[in-house]
Amino acid sequence: MFSMLKTLWLVFKHAFHKRVTIQYPEEKAYLAPRYRGRIVLTRDPDGGERCVACYLCAVVCPVDCIALDSAEDRHGRRYPSTFRINFSRCIYCGFCEEACPTYAIQLVPDVEMAEYNRQDMVYEKEHLLINGQGKYHGYNYYKVAGLAIGGKAKGEAENETPPVDPKSLF
Amino acid sequence: MNPTIQTLLLIQGVLVGLLTLAGLLVWVERRLLALWQDRLGPNRCGPGGILIFVADGIKMFTKEDWIPPGSDKPVFVMAPAIIVVTALIAFTIIPLAPGVSILDLNIGILFFLALSSMGIYSTVLGGWASNNKYSLLGGLRMSAQMFSYEVFMGLSLMGVVILSGSLNLHDIVKAQSGMWFVVPQFLGFLIFLFAGLAETHRLPFDMPEAESELIAGYHTEYSSMKFGMFFVGEYVGVTLISAIIVTLFFGGWQGPLLPPVVWFFLKTMCFILFFILLRAAIPRPRFDQLLAWGWKFVLPVALLNLIATGAIALARGN
Amino acid sequence: MATIHIDGKPYEADPEKNLLQTSLTLGFDLPYFCWHPALGSVGACRQCAVRQYRNEEDTQGQIVMACMVPAADGTRISIEDEEAREFRRSVIEWLMVNHPHDCAVCDEGGECHLQDMTVMTGHAYRRFRFRKRTFNNQYLGPFINHEMNRCIQCYRCVRYYKDYAGGRDLDAFASHNHVYFGRSEDGILENEFSGNLVEVCPTGVFTDKTLKTHYTRKWDLQSAPSVCAHCSLGCNTLVGTRYGGARRILNRYHYDINGYFLCDRGRYGYEFVNRPERIRHPLLHEGAHDTETYSKPETCSADVALKEARIRLRRANRIIGIGSPRASLESNYALRSLVGEDNFFNGLPAAESHLVTVALEILRHGPVRSASLREIEEADAVLVLGEDITQTAPRMALAVRQSVMRTPRETARKLGVPAWHDRAIRDVAQSDRGPLFIAAIDETRLDDVSTAAITRAPNDLARFGFAVARALHPEAPPVDGLSESDTTLARQVSDALANADHPVIITGTGLGNEALLQAAANVAWALLRCEKPAALAFVVPEANTFGAGMLDGRPLREAYDAVSSGDADTAIILENDLYQRTHDVDVDRFLGGLKSIIALDSLRNATTDRAHVVLPAGTFAESDGTFVNNETRAQRFFQALPPEGDIAESWRWLGRLAAGSAPSEEPAWKYLDTIIDAMVADYPELRGVRDAAPSADFRSNGARFPRSPRRFSGRTAIHAQFDVNEPSPPADHDSPLSFSMEGSTAVPPASLVSHYWSPGWNSVQALNKFQEEVGGANRGGPPGICLIQPEKNLHPFFTEIPATFRRSGEKFVVLGLPHIFGSDELSRHAPALAERIPHAYVTISDADARARGVSEGDQLVLRIFGREHKLPARIRPKLAPGILGIPMGFPGHAGLVFPVDGHL
Repeated sequence: MFSMLKTLWLVFKHAFHKRVTIQYPEEKAYLAPRYRGRIVLTRDPDGGERCVACYLCAVVCPVDCIALDSAEDRHGRRYPSTFRINFSRCIYCGFCEEACPTYAIQLVPDVEMAEYNRQDMVYEKEHLLINGQGKYHGYNYYKVAGLAIGGKAKGEAENETPPVDPKSLF
Repeated sequence: MNPTIQTLLLIQGVLVGLLTLAGLLVWVERRLLALWQDRLGPNRCGPGGILIFVADGIKMFTKEDWIPPGSDKPVFVMAPAIIVVTALIAFTIIPLAPGVSILDLNIGILFFLALSSMGIYSTVLGGWASNNKYSLLGGLRMSAQMFSYEVFMGLSLMGVVILSGSLNLHDIVKAQSGMWFVVPQFLGFLIFLFAGLAETHRLPFDMPEAESELIAGYHTEYSSMKFGMFFVGEYVGVTLISAIIVTLFFGGWQGPLLPPVVWFFLKTMCFILFFILLRAAIPRPRFDQLLAWGWKFVLPVALLNLIATGAIALARGN
Repeated sequence: MATIHIDGKPYEADPEKNLLQTSLTLGFDLPYFCWHPALGSVGACRQCAVRQYRNEEDTQGQIVMACMVPAADGTRISIEDEEAREFRRSVIEWLMVNHPHDCAVCDEGGECHLQDMTVMTGHAYRRFRFRKRTFNNQYLGPFINHEMNRCIQCYRCVRYYKDYAGGRDLDAFASHNHVYFGRSEDGILENEFSGNLVEVCPTGVFTDKTLKTHYTRKWDLQSAPSVCAHCSLGCNTLVGTRYGGARRILNRYHYDINGYFLCDRGRYGYEFVNRPERIRHPLLHEGAHDTETYSKPETCSADVALKEARIRLRRANRIIGIGSPRASLESNYALRSLVGEDNFFNGLPAAESHLVTVALEILRHGPVRSASLREIEEADAVLVLGEDITQTAPRMALAVRQSVMRTPRETARKLGVPAWHDRAIRDVAQSDRGPLFIAAIDETRLDDVSTAAITRAPNDLARFGFAVARALHPEAPPVDGLSESDTTLARQVSDALANADHPVIITGTGLGNEALLQAAANVAWALLRCEKPAALAFVVPEANTFGAGMLDGRPLREAYDAVSSGDADTAIILENDLYQRTHDVDVDRFLGGLKSIIALDSLRNATTDRAHVVLPAGTFAESDGTFVNNETRAQRFFQALPPEGDIAESWRWLGRLAAGSAPSEEPAWKYLDTIIDAMVADYPELRGVRDAAPSADFRSNGARFPRSPRRFSGRTAIHAQFDVNEPSPPADHDSPLSFSMEGSTAVPPASLVSHYWSPGWNSVQALNKFQEEVGGANRGGPPGICLIQPEKNLHPFFTEIPATFRRSGEKFVVLGLPHIFGSDELSRHAPALAERIPHAYVTISDADARARGVSEGDQLVLRIFGREHKLPARIRPKLAPGILGIPMGFPGHAGLVFPVDGHL
C-alpha cells in the first residue's frame, strides 16, 4: 500500500521534470550514423556497384519487401538488373544490411520518406543506388572473392596464389 | 422565474457542462499523462492543443460506423447509449450548490447506487452483442467485477448515512458543515474510492478493456460514435464518481469565500485529476487478484467499518 | 534385419547397407561428400567419421568411415562422440582452407551440400592464415559452368562422369593439394548426361549455365512436379520458375524411372518456354489459306478468338480434329469429344500410327511386362534391337550402361564384396562387363560397353531378332538364309539371355520397322516360355505417343483423305506442326483444302502460321495434364507457372470451344478432375490415369502443398511496381498444390513433391528425407500408374519374317537418324541446346562412298520425292550398303517419314 502511495508521489513529481519531447518539424532529432533509416545501395571504392545480386537481403527480409533479379555483365560481374524495395512494407529491421556479404545494402539515418500516395513508397534501383560507399569504406568484395572478373584474373585477389598448372607434376 | 423553466435550464446547463467537460477531459487526461511522463502531449491543435477534442470529435463522427455481421444488432446499437444515459441520469441528484440540484430525492444514495449498477448493462450487453470472444470476455469480467465491488460500495456509504442520518444528498452535505465525513469515515472513503474505480473501470481496474490481453475488451468491435459514446460515458462516469465522493466525504459545495458551485467544481476536478494520476502511476493487477482483494480484504474491512460506525453511533446514543 | 547400436540406442538396420546410408535413413545428420546413393562408397573424403566399438565393454573404440563399414548385426557406433565430431570438424576445416570467398556470387549458394555440411559440423572461421590456391576454369560447353576454385576434391564428378555415365573427356589431373577436375583442354563435354554434374557436385564447381543466364536462388524458385516432355521415357522433373519464366529443370527422383539422373535434353530443353516465338495471345489470320492475302497475324483477345472460332465451327460442314503425341492425354481426349469419334485423328503419320498400334497390341495381349528403367538397370542381359536409344531415349541408355555392371557385381558379391563398395567392385570387375547386345544400323554410343554390336539394315536386324527367338525356343518361326556368323551370334545372344535372371529386350519405332517390334516380342515371349521373367521396353518418339495411340485415333493420312475426297472443310489442330510429321506437299494440299483452320500451340510454327485462328496453348510448365510414357505409365505434370496472358491448357481451350456461343455457358469441363473422370468413363483402359496423382481436393492436414519454398522472397515487392497492394495468389482448382509458400509442411505423395528441402539440408541431397530409405523407393510409392498390365496367357509367335534387305538398282533407302539435340521439336528452340545441334548431314556406307568416289565432307545431292537436298557426307564404315541416313526432324527435311527412297 505504501509503495503505491510512493509510486503516486514519484509519478506526480515527474510533472516538474524536463520534457523529452522533440517538437519534430521545428527541431530535428539526432540520428546516429548507424541509425536504421532509408535503405541505399552503395558502390565500391572503384565506383562499381557493390551489389552482386546474391538474394540474401531478399531472403532474410521478414516482410519480403525486397525483390531483385540478377544479371551478368560482359566482365563476369553479377549485378541486379532490377532491385525493388517496397518501403510501405519495410520495417527497417536492418536484417538486409546484416545479411549483405558485400556491404552493398545499407541503412542510413534518413527517416523523412513519408508520401501521400502509397505507390510512391516503391523504390526502384535508380532510387536506391547512390554514388558512394556509404558507411563502410574501402571494401571491395571482388578483391577477396575467388571469382575472376574483368580486370581481375584468377589468383589476383587478396591472399591468393597464382593459378596452378594442372598439367605439371608438382 | 417559473420553477419548471428553472429546472429545464438547470438540466440544460448540467447536460452541456457535463458533455463539454467530458470532451475537455480527453485533452486534460492526455496532457496530464504526458506531464507525468515527461512528455508534452497534444499541443498543436488550438492553444495548448485544447482543440484536440474537436478534432477527436470530428474523427469520431466521420469514421466508418461498422456493425459486425454476426452481432446482435439492436443490442449492439443500444449498449453504448446505456452507459451515457445512466451516468447522466445519476447526475440529477448531485447537489451543485445549496438547494440546487435537478432532483431533490430523499433516497438520493439509493438512486445513485441503482443507476450506477444499471451502467454495467452497457458493457455486458456490448460485449455480448459483439459476437467476439474478446468482447465477451470483457463483458464477463465487467459483470464479475461489478458484482464484487457493488456490494461494498453500498456498505461503504452506510457509515455516511449513519452519521448524517439521511439518504438525501443535500442533507448529507449539510451534515458535514462541522467536519467532512472523510475524517470519521476515512475507511469508508477509501473503500468507496476503490469501488468507484472498479465501477468506472478506470485504470488500474480496467480489466474489461485490458488492451494487452483482450485487444479492447467489450468495445473491440465498436467504431465511430458508438465507440465515442463509450468514451464519453467513461468520462461522465469519472466525473460522477468524483462528484459523489466530494458530496459524501468532502463536504460537497461547502467552503469559504468562493461561491458554492465553484467549490464543488474545484473539489470534483481534484478527484478527476487524482483518477488520472492513478492511471499514470499504477499498473493493472491481474483479474483474479482484483476479485480476491475485493472479497477477501475490502469486504471484511467494509463490514468492520460499518460495525464500528454503528457501534460508535449507538454508544453516543443518537 | 540386423540390430545396430548408435549412441547406445538399438536400431533395426539392413546389413546389406553401409553405416552411413543406414544412419541417414534413420534420420541422423551425418556429413558426407564422396558417397552418393547411386555411385556407392569409396571412402575418399573422410567426412563421415564415427567411432566404432568392438562390443558393449569396449569404451575405447576407433574412428572409422561410416560409408566403408557394413551395418552388420551388433555393430556399435557413436556419431555424437566428441573425438569423431572433432575429426569431422577438422576435415571440413581442411577442405575449406582453399575454398574461395564466393558464396554470394556462387550459383550453388543456398543449395550447397558443402555449406550444409560446414554448418552441420560447426566449422565457422578460417584459421589458416596463408594464401589460397587457385585454378583456371575451362569452357565446358553451353550446359555446364566450371569454377574450379571451389573444388573440395571429392572425386564425385569423375566417378559419375566416367564410371557411371561412360564419359571419356572429364578427368582428374595433377596431384596432392592441386588436383584438377576438367577436360584435357577447353571444349564441350561430350557425354549426353553431363548436366547431372550440377547435382552430383556437392559444391559450385559445376553449375547450370542456363540457370546462370537468369539466375535465381533455390529458395526463390516456385516449382512444381513435372514430367519431361522431350522423349517417351517420362522422366520426372522439377520445373523451377520465377518472374513468369521457367528458370531450370532439376531431377525429381522416381525410383522406377529416372532415379537420380536426367539427360541433357531433359535438363536443358526447357528454355523454349521463355522464347519470343511463344504464342502468348490468340492470333487471327484473315484468309490465311490464300497465300496472296497472307498477312502478319493480329493478336486479339480470348473472347474475340473464341467467337471467331465458334462461328467457323458452326459454319463448318464437317470438323476434323487432329490430335498430337506431344499434347497431354486430356487435351487429346478433349479434342476427340469435341469433334466426335469419327472425326478424330491421332496426328501421327500412317506408318508411325501403325507401329504404335502394333506396340500397344503386343503389350496389351502379350504376356510380357513393359520394363521400367530400373528393371533395365538391374537387368543382367540386355538386347537392344534396332533403336539408337542414346539419341531417342537417352536416359534409357544410361540405365543400360548400368546393367552391364550387374554381372561383375554378382562376381564381386560372391567374393564377399558388399554391393555399396564401389571401388572394390570396380577392382574386381576390371574391364569385365555383363552381356549387352546391340543390333543397330550403325555404331551407337553404347557400343563401348556392349558384348557384341552388329550393324545391319533394318529388315536384317529384325531377322536377327527372329533368329534369336528361334534359338531360344523351337516353336518360334525359323529364319531362312541367315549367314553363318549371324546364326552363331544369335545363338550367343540367346544363350546369354537364357542364362540371365532378368533379361530385357529393348526396341523402338525409330527405324519405322514393324518387324523389329515383332521380333523383339518374339524374343521376350520365347524367354517367357523358357520360364525367364523377361521384360520388354519399347521406345516411342514422343512424350505422349502411347497416350495418343490409346485413344484409338486414325492416322493423318485418313484426315488428308477426308479433305481431298470427302466433305471435311474445317480442322482443329492440337499442338501439332503437320510440317514436322508428313511431307510438306501433302500438308499444303491438306491445309489448302480447308475452309477453316483452328490451331492450338505453344510455339509459332509453319502450321500455326497458316491457321485462321491460333489459340495459345500452355507448355508443360503452364499446364496440368497426363503423359503416358513408353511403359504405359500414366504420369501427371502440374503447372509450375501460373499461365500468363491468355495462355491456357489445350483441354481448357477446347472445353470453352465446346461450350457453345453464349459467353455465360459453362465449359464442358472446367477442371482437370472433371475431364479425367469423363475420359475414364469413355476409356476404361485409362482408369489408372485418375490415380496417377491425387485429385484436386487432396489435402494434408487440411492444407494444400505449396509450390513456393518456405523462404520464398520478395512477396510484397515482386508486383509492387504495378500495384503496391499485393494481389492474391492465383487460385488452383486443378491440383492440390498452391501458388504460395503457405501450406502443408508434411512430405507430400511423390507425385506432388515440388522441391527437396529439409531443415539443415538445403541442397538436392535433401532428397534423402523423401525416400523410404536413402537411395530407395519414393516415400508413399513411386508416382504414376502403368495402364497396361501383361496378359496371363501366352501369345502365339509372330511368324511374318521380312525378306533380307537387297538394294534395288541405284535407289537408296534413306533412314532418319535421331539426334538427342535437334530431333525433338520443342527442345530445339532452347538456346543452350541449340548450340549442340549438329549441322545436317547424310551418312553413307564405306562401300557406297568408295563406289561413288565420295570422301568425308563432300556435298552430296540427295533426291527424295523429286526434291534435292544438299548435305555434307559422313562416311560410316559400319553402315550397311544401300542405306543413307539423315538427321531426323532437322529443318529442310523435317516432314519426311522414314524410311523413304532416295537417289544420289
